[in-house]
Amino acid sequence: MGEFKVHRVRFFDYMPTAIRAMAFNAHTERLALGRMDGSVEIFNFADHYFQEKVIPGKDSRSIEALCWVGGRLFSAGLNGEITEYDLENLRPKYSLEAYGGPIWTITSNSQGAHLAIGCEDGTVKLFEVLEESIQFERNLDRQKGRIISLSWHPSGTQIAAGMMDMIRVFDVPTGRAVQRLLVDRGFGGSKSRETVVWSVVFLSDCTIISGDSAGKVQVWDGHTGTLVKTHLVTKWDVLALSVSKDESSVVVGTSEGTVIQFQFIAPTLQQQQDKEWVRTRTFKNHTHDVRALAEIETAIVSGGMDTQLVVRPLLEKFDERSHASALRKIQFPHRNLVFCAKKAGLLLFQFPGQLELWRLGESDGHGKPGDSLPLKRKPEKLLHLKRKGEDHICCSALSSCGGWLAYSTMSSVRLYRLQTDNNDISITKVPKLPKILRSAHQLCFSSDSSKLFAASSQSSVLVIALSQSECKYVHTLKPKSGSRQPIHLMTNSVDGKWLATANSDCEIHVYNVQKLKLHCIVPVYGSCPSAMGIHPTTNNLTMVHADQQIFEYSIVEKQYTDWSRKLQKQGLHNLWLDRDTPVTHVTFNPKNPEQILLHDMHMFCIIDQSLPLPDQKTQFYNQMTLRSLSEQERPSHLHAFKICKTFQDLLSVSLLDDQSLVMVERPLLAITSQLPAPVRQKKFAT
Amino acid sequence: MATLCEGFTLCGLVQTQNASDSPIQGIELDEDSDHAVVTDSTRSVTLYKVSDQKPLGSWTVKQGQLLTCPAVFNFQTKEYVVVSDNKVIRVWKDEDLNLDKAFKATVTADVWRVHSAPGGEPVVLFQRGAVRFLDSLLSAPQQPIEDVLSEEEVIRWSASIVAEEQHFVLFTTEQNGECCLYVQRLNPNTLQKYRLEREDSGASPLSFSASLRDKHLNLLYLYPNGCVYQSVVAARGYVGLEGVQDLPRSLRLRLPVGEGELGAASAVALDEAHVAVVGVPHPSARTGKDFLCIWNTNFQTLQAGKEMAGRIHGQVWCYLGKLFVPHGKALSIIPYECQKSSLASALGKLRHTGIAVSKSSVAVPSWNTLLHGDQPQGPTKIVETRKSKLSRKSQSAQALTVDQVLELIKTGPVDEVQREVEVLVSRGDAQDLQLSVGQLACHLVARSQAETAFYTPVALAQLVQTQFLCHSVCPGLLLLSLEHKDYFLCQLCLQLFPDIPEVVTCACLKTFISVPDGDVEMVSLEPDSVSFMEGLVAAGARGGQQNGFSPPLFEEDSCDANHQPKPPQDKKNHTLQLEACPVGLHKAVLLNEVLQTPYSDNFLLPHLKDLDTQQVILFLQYLQFVYLKYSQDVYTQTAGLRSPTMTQIIDWVCLLLDAHFTVLVMAPDAKGLLSNLQSFVKSQVKLFSELGKIESSLQELHKMKLSKDISQYSIEVIELF
Repeated sequence: MGEFKVHRVRFFDYMPTAIRAMAFNAHTERLALGRMDGSVEIFNFADHYFQEKVIPGKDSRSIEALCWVGGRLFSAGLNGEITEYDLENLRPKYSLEAYGGPIWTITSNSQGAHLAIGCEDGTVKLFEVLEESIQFERNLDRQKGRIISLSWHPSGTQIAAGMMDMIRVFDVPTGRAVQRLLVDRGFGGSKSRETVVWSVVFLSDCTIISGDSAGKVQVWDGHTGTLVKTHLVTKWDVLALSVSKDESSVVVGTSEGTVIQFQFIAPTLQQQQDKEWVRTRTFKNHTHDVRALAEIETAIVSGGMDTQLVVRPLLEKFDERSHASALRKIQFPHRNLVFCAKKAGLLLFQFPGQLELWRLGESDGHGKPGDSLPLKRKPEKLLHLKRKGEDHICCSALSSCGGWLAYSTMSSVRLYRLQTDNNDISITKVPKLPKILRSAHQLCFSSDSSKLFAASSQSSVLVIALSQSECKYVHTLKPKSGSRQPIHLMTNSVDGKWLATANSDCEIHVYNVQKLKLHCIVPVYGSCPSAMGIHPTTNNLTMVHADQQIFEYSIVEKQYTDWSRKLQKQGLHNLWLDRDTPVTHVTFNPKNPEQILLHDMHMFCIIDQSLPLPDQKTQFYNQMTLRSLSEQERPSHLHAFKICKTFQDLLSVSLLDDQSLVMVERPLLAITSQLPAPVRQKKFAT
Repeated sequence: MATLCEGFTLCGLVQTQNASDSPIQGIELDEDSDHAVVTDSTRSVTLYKVSDQKPLGSWTVKQGQLLTCPAVFNFQTKEYVVVSDNKVIRVWKDEDLNLDKAFKATVTADVWRVHSAPGGEPVVLFQRGAVRFLDSLLSAPQQPIEDVLSEEEVIRWSASIVAEEQHFVLFTTEQNGECCLYVQRLNPNTLQKYRLEREDSGASPLSFSASLRDKHLNLLYLYPNGCVYQSVVAARGYVGLEGVQDLPRSLRLRLPVGEGELGAASAVALDEAHVAVVGVPHPSARTGKDFLCIWNTNFQTLQAGKEMAGRIHGQVWCYLGKLFVPHGKALSIIPYECQKSSLASALGKLRHTGIAVSKSSVAVPSWNTLLHGDQPQGPTKIVETRKSKLSRKSQSAQALTVDQVLELIKTGPVDEVQREVEVLVSRGDAQDLQLSVGQLACHLVARSQAETAFYTPVALAQLVQTQFLCHSVCPGLLLLSLEHKDYFLCQLCLQLFPDIPEVVTCACLKTFISVPDGDVEMVSLEPDSVSFMEGLVAAGARGGQQNGFSPPLFEEDSCDANHQPKPPQDKKNHTLQLEACPVGLHKAVLLNEVLQTPYSDNFLLPHLKDLDTQQVILFLQYLQFVYLKYSQDVYTQTAGLRSPTMTQIIDWVCLLLDAHFTVLVMAPDAKGLLSNLQSFVKSQVKLFSELGKIESSLQELHKMKLSKDISQYSIEVIELF
């Protein structure tokens, strides 16, 4: 196969932000995740936990709680606003000032007719959910002290509110507080501190379960307002609570990073009637506060300060070991944050607040495989471009020649002209962009840098012609399907003829850019494409989906290629299908048209289409074996998938025109080391 | 050392009419080692369980009958045998209740004793000296018994000994003041008669004790004048010798007898070196003779003594680590322990004979030789001497052989010996030297110890410098050199001997410390060590502190000023005092040698306590001086020079403080020294704790470097297949 020179890049200081809130929509199987920077991510749990949509954050926005009402997503934050999101255009639809000070929590009743918010000023405000908006209805009796957490009784007639040192139960029709449950303070030094009831759930049998800052999980009888049981689960705070749909299980998240499950079961087999809440399992998948929790049908989903989303399957819900029964950690976004100018050897790193442009280093040495070459020139940070305005950067692009740079926020698109001669770099903002170019979900330059494609609303693509003097709107490419979903992937061919787009409806459109019209629609596959690329010579479109399937579609012939059919017929190797991170980049080797380069977080793969496909019995990860074999024996052991796991925590892999690979790694350890210190825990022998 | 344990009483004794007679005829064992068969002097035999101190059974003959021999246990048939009225042999078993109903056989002659021993058949010894196996006697009781002894010869004592295959009956007789030993071998039967040497007083022995050791029968006997002799009869050989032989004897022990002669006394051999004696006065309590003592015959020392209340009948039996002593109105059992004494090596007493005599004493030390001396090898000695004399006569002008030199050492004048040894050492091939150096040194030391005028420092130094010597080969050497104030030799020994005992190290230390400086300064010592010490002292004299180092010593003091307020001048004095070496140069050199001697602190500590307070303080001052010197980096150690390490110094300080802590605390002149030491140590501890911190963070750095092997950016080459 051959040797590659690899630029091993570790200077991309990508830092995800902490998870603050999550809400699971059981109907659509979508998980909404709110992060500290105000961004919202939507994961499709029906499609291999694929990160379908990302709504970029905004400096002024904070998310304290998320709430689904049907297919609509609401958030509330300490800025005192309630926001509804436009999931088709990936932006807030509107924000509403609640006039109650910072909002700590938002929750809807089971009927989906009302939203209740808990405010700093001690009011619980009810909002009516209307067709296109929400409307303030009334306040419940105002209390002293802030309302931290809320939970509707499934009947919708009562609301439990967690406050400082107490829980209040409100009668919704009258708005009166009917119960006052006093929560004990912690022991010792924390006795003087108020207990914050961080989380509360109201079950249909009028049991109230609360978690508080004294580390207690308490079970109350909502009828009488009496304490039934106290479980002291941690020395620190119990931050999050989530109840399963059938109300037989409650999970709590603590500051220690543990998730503890309580189940409503009979303590002995004989007395099946006398059920009680029993602490059953403890999971420790986090190092920091677990701030957000959701118990879904088969798993516990948790997230917190350590920024990773953990899906912990409940193994008793599975009959056999399968893809779904494996623990899954989602650490990296399922989209590209790194763009590579293949000709110029430049790297563009996208941060929420800035862009960084780097020039790769150089080495003229040669070495054996496994060697590190001496550097002739060190990598150099050419540019640090801060965004304008409050909105975070949602996408960016770098032309392959390195002459153009574009980024978009929710409110604007900016285009820059870059000029590098030797060591000097100059950047010029291109003024007067076409008015129609307001924002983009995806940006992409044509390979000859003559056009800029911007994915716009309703899966349309704006084509902008670029020249030295001006930039001009050319055309809007519109899909025939009339899909309203945003485009999350966009790629064009090297010859400048084709443009392929993929949206969240799993539709892939191929446009003829020269004729400015839709060329074809690739047959819709049930899983969302996570990466795609058009082959430079054959113009075949290679797509990799969230379920790890690979397709190759001939754009010219408008049909799947023979290789793709063969692959589908034989099926992919189980080890390939068992990988738990999606492929996020597809690229090709112009010098060797048989080769397709793919990568996910944990591996980098070259598919050689000229080699036989592996069947289930073949040794899939065979690089070590091949290395040990002699030159003559090797060919009989070769198969199409050449997988290299030397590089881990990969954010991007690309192939420069000089045939050297660029691997951008972001070691998880480096992310962990930048996290704030976790709560102190007594460990053995410390 | 031998010890007598706390005894206990087995049974009470009934006083006989004649007070001088013992109420007990004999004590024998039966097959159970915890049993004792006690035969009293009249009619009864009692079986005791010793550990329980209670009788298990008792058998008595009828009134009017008399037991004339102690009952014995027949180990083969598991029966008891006793003789009543001289002629009636009675045999009974454990379960028999009545002795009268037991088996009886009347023999034709008077029986003296029945002897039985484990592993052998019981033997009957008649009063006239004939010996029969019990079995054969009982099968034909009326068989005629011949007379072996002459008319007036009477048996005084008898014993039977069973060796591996041989069965001996020993008995001694007395006739007109002449004592004879008969050794009767059984199967085949031979009888050998020996005449015991007459004691000057004409008295006959009070007691005998026989034992078998190294295939020799050892007979130990005690005379009323307190002399204990030992005679050795070979267990094999001499069979063909006819007639009466004189039995040579050696004096093992001369017991103090006080006024008059011993009356009823007895000695029994416990092992090679130990003898238990009853009825002999205790040397330190000269009032009575009612003592049980254990003596070491090698050293003529009393090892243990115990007063036995009441009259002692001169009887003692020894079985299985217990002594059975009838005294007063009781029969006491006293367990004893004899350990092989290592006093011999400590005092160096025994070796003289061993080393001086035997050619076989080579440089490799043998514990046996060291501790117990070689078995005296009379004949070899004579041959050896003769041979060497011959060879000496035939000596030419050439250099002497080792043996010749050895011979010369015994008598020759100092310079000749010196010269010959020098020649021998300078010529010697290594193989030979290895063996001969030890011998030469031992002989030289032996001679010097014997004659104070004889001392050959040069020869000894040469021998030591061959490095073939070690302390255990020639234990007297170092002490001898100390005695002669030959400090150069001392230093050599300390440097080159790997095995100096702690007691000797301590003796050296003591001598070195107390020797006046003037005495040592004249002595020439090993130049390297002297130059090291000069360097050390000079380092202080230069005084300059390099690298901006300031010893934190006195700042520390001022820190806890409330604890020890000191005027500043005082401090200055101390500093000055510390700058000067508290001992002379050469003395310091010698002390350094002591510091570098290997030791084990457990053994050293007791001997260190022998130092007196002044010595301790001086030594401590010196140690502190060296310690301070080492701690200040003004002094950099010269590589290759033999010098005490920091650890050695600190170890010695610790040991010294351990040994004399209370004394030092009490001594007023040690107070300043100790507080200085404390504050310095405190500062050092602080320094080291800081160093510890630095070490751990540096180590952390090291770890990090390992993991941060991959940098932010690198260009690598990979190969895919």
